[in-house]
Amino acid sequence: MKKRRMFIRMITASLMRRRSRMIVALLSITIGATILSGLVSIYYDVPKQMGAQFRNYGANMILTASGDSFKMSDVQSARAVFDEEEIVGIAPFRYENVRINDIPFVAAGTDAEEAKATSPYWAVEGDWFSAQGDVLVGSGVAESFRLKTGDMIEIAYTPEGNDESSEDGEIVLDNYDYFNVVGILETGGSEENYIYMSMDDMQALTQTEERVDVTEMSISASGDELSDYIDEINAKVPAVRASVVKRVTASEATVLTKLQALVLLVTVIVLALTMICVATTMTAVVAERRKEIGLRKAIGASDKSIIQEFMGESMLLGLFGGAIGSVLGYVFAQQVSVNVFSSSISFRPLLVPITMIVSIAVTGISSLVPIRSATDIDPALVLKGE
Amino acid sequence: MSLLELKNVYKIYGELHALDDVSLTVEKGEWVSIMGPSGSGKSTMMNIIGCMDKPTKGEVLLDGVDIAKESKKNLTNIRRDKIGLIFQQFHLVNYLTALENVMLAQYYHSMPDEKEALEALERVGLADRAKHLPSQLSGGEQQRVCVARALINYPEIILADEPTGNLDEKNEEIVVELFHKLHDEGTTLIVVTHDPEVAEVAQRTLVLRDGKLSKEIVNDHFTGKIRFDDQNPF
Ligand SMILES: Nc1ncnc2c1ncn2[C@@H]1O[C@H](COP(=O)(O)OP(=O)(O)OP(=O)(O)O)[C@@H](O)[C@H]1O
Ligand SMILES: [Mg+2]
Repeated sequence: MKKRRMFIRMITASLMRRRSRMIVALLSITIGATILSGLVSIYYDVPKQMGAQFRNYGANMILTASGDSFKMSDVQSARAVFDEEEIVGIAPFRYENVRINDIPFVAAGTDAEEAKATSPYWAVEGDWFSAQGDVLVGSGVAESFRLKTGDMIEIAYTPEGNDESSEDGEIVLDNYDYFNVVGILETGGSEENYIYMSMDDMQALTQTEERVDVTEMSISASGDELSDYIDEINAKVPAVRASVVKRVTASEATVLTKLQALVLLVTVIVLALTMICVATTMTAVVAERRKEIGLRKAIGASDKSIIQEFMGESMLLGLFGGAIGSVLGYVFAQQVSVNVFSSSISFRPLLVPITMIVSIAVTGISSLVPIRSATDIDPALVLKGE
Repeated sequence: MSLLELKNVYKIYGELHALDDVSLTVEKGEWVSIMGPSGSGKSTMMNIIGCMDKPTKGEVLLDGVDIAKESKKNLTNIRRDKIGLIFQQFHLVNYLTALENVMLAQYYHSMPDEKEALEALERVGLADRAKHLPSQLSGGEQQRVCVARALINYPEIILADEPTGNLDEKNEEIVVELFHKLHDEGTTLIVVTHDPEVAEVAQRTLVLRDGKLSKEIVNDHFTGKIRFDDQNPF
């Protein structure tokens, strides 16, 4: 027991009192541990991050009418197929032709919250519609009339039958309603030429029965799962036809595996570099301390105790390096995650002891050869003096 | 039985006979000086006696055991148990304090004992320097730490290779005084030195020349006379 205390006293003295030397070794171990634990964090968070990222590109499933049209109740039936947690958003859309100042536009009725969820990349200046009479106008529309948030617009809807070529001559008047512009929408796509309002407002404007043309669904499921759901919906809800939005889901899997493979490759390379670095440093440490090793042997140290002492030192370095590295690694992974995926990663407490153990093992293994060479040192030669 | 007996010992490096048919005996409790010009084989002999090197030929009996035939591992054990070493360059582990350096010898030998180590430092007059690092000690003080370390495990034999070579007169006196104390306590001492004043306080002085023992001087402390024994063939 007392022997162990002396052992610990010795190796800590070596590390503390030779600080400037040890800082180099510690630095390489810390950098290695930082990158390793950071990459492992990213490796495990990538699927999650990328999943969310791809979902940001909008719906991965779409419902269209199998016949003429379908209703909100059909959307509800389709919704019931999924687990609530899997649903990112299910946004129904109803499109109608309207006119502003006699210029034709397309107006869409939808659910603000759901549309926001299925199309998170939509940039809204101002707010989404929430109260009755609110509209969100595409930036293309806004430009045509120099609209700003807070402006009022008059939207006209021509009911069916009110056609200039109408033959029976019966006059059906246009419906008019005033709307309050609460936000301007920018998407970089055709949505910028649309006017968005609530389903209720749409119904009030058109004075027709409720109807859904298209429903965009964003579901956190991929590949086979998704096609199973599609089959289920098609079987259970005859009024709709569900289909995959292919472009996104197909690429999702391959990009993920490629990205993970890349992270794995970099991890292996960093591991190898760290080991080389530690081995080189330890070789230098042993060379620098030849005299001390000779002296220790002269006063009775066995090869075993020499190995133990140097192993103890390098493993203690591994422990410190691993401890610092696991914290810095989290910071590093967090930075990457925030900058690349715009979302934060979760702190994994288990990664701290794992990083420390791996770091101790890595330093131990890479110190093996340099430390073994310390036992070849001949005390007589070293102590001869100069 | 003599404590140490060298019988026709050779150490040959290629053409060079660093030790050339050396035979000698050292009795328990004796204090022997070894002199000789540079390159005469003094350190070579000390390394062999100190179990850090093996002779090319010949027998080296320490306590009746022929260390020329022992394995490297056993030599380490013998060195640890029976021998205390003092060097010309006061070799200390530079990141350990004086006390820890002394405790290091205890650590390899058996159990570190701080109290005992402190007593050893007290004996060499360095109790108040126990917490100092070697770089904070003078050369003389460092050498005294080495003496404390050499005697801590009560070795049967203390080997000192030019222990005063790098010391001024005052520190030389202190170290020689310590040797006197050890000698009085019955420790066997073999001291290599270039300094006749250090040599003559021993009971015998052996002179090496070109790897051979060339003469033995018996120092008579009581009469202060020095008896030359040039004809003695050993
Ligand atoms: N490892 C070695 N290989 C070859 N020659 C050696 C080796 N060690 C010592 N020698 C030679 O053996 C001879 C004796 O060396 P040794 O170190 O014993 O001398 P010394 O009497 O201690 O000298 P000094 O007073 O300078 O310390 C020298 O000529 C030296 O060059
Ligand atoms: Mg010498």
